[in-house]
Amino acid sequence: MRPSRIVMPETAKSGEIFEIKALIQHPMVTGHTAAGANTEPRFIIHTLTVTYDGEEIFRADFFPGVAANPYVAFTTRATVSGDIVFTWTDDKGEVTTQTRGLRVS
Amino acid sequence: MTILDRRRFLTVTAWAALLPAGNAPAADSDAAVSGAGAKKLPSALYFEARNALAAGRTITLGRVSLDLPRLAENGNSVTLKISVESPMTAADHVKTIHLLSEQNPIATVARFHLSPRSGRAFVSTSIRLAATQNVHAIAEMSDGTLWEAQAESIVLLAACTDGG
Repeated sequence: MRPSRIVMPETAKSGEIFEIKALIQHPMVTGHTAAGANTEPRFIIHTLTVTYDGEEIFRADFFPGVAANPYVAFTTRATVSGDIVFTWTDDKGEVTTQTRGLRVS
Repeated sequence: MTILDRRRFLTVTAWAALLPAGNAPAADSDAAVSGAGAKKLPSALYFEARNALAAGRTITLGRVSLDLPRLAENGNSVTLKISVESPMTAADHVKTIHLLSEQNPIATVARFHLSPRSGRAFVSTSIRLAATQNVHAIAEMSDGTLWEAQAESIVLLAACTDGG
């Protein structure tokens, strides 16, 4: 599990659209060797999946052009109180997850 | 000239006027220059990625706005924002936003999959830019149509090559 950081509200009104920011620590090694500066093979986080109350609300496919410590911000609509689960997967199959509870009034 | 060609021509000419004589960047030079003002034509890899994504469909300029810094001091991390005009209903929403780079060694930078649950078609991320170039945000709608916006960023320190 890599260090990760989520920024989102703890509560929301039903139907309200709110923003979620997610960041995870990862070198995102590109594997790009043509310039001669790098000899390591590609090693990146390739997918971030976000579920809300069990249903996928957002998915990001990352490629080597994404900056190190990949950052993403997106929005979702508050429906029910429940867990928002973030799952990052990298090229070696390592998975990091973080869960945030949301209270919807 | 198309509007885009003319804009590029004027941009390059304006930069050329500012540089000392003998240093003017050529609009279609193949020399690897990652400095202010030098911009190359899109790479073959970019066109391959774009055509694969389009799959025969037209990509229309519009509905998408791409907020990318005009000047990126450090190409290792450039934060951008993408918004798409869309009601985000079950009947009419953005399914996927594709981010393509004209000059990076890999043209597809990221893909973001949205749904009606997104509420708004918005995404922000930080990317690497290997050289001064255009970046394209292409939105794939639920009805299969493709819309895009493009923006240029002048990169002072190239990602991954200039000591990245």
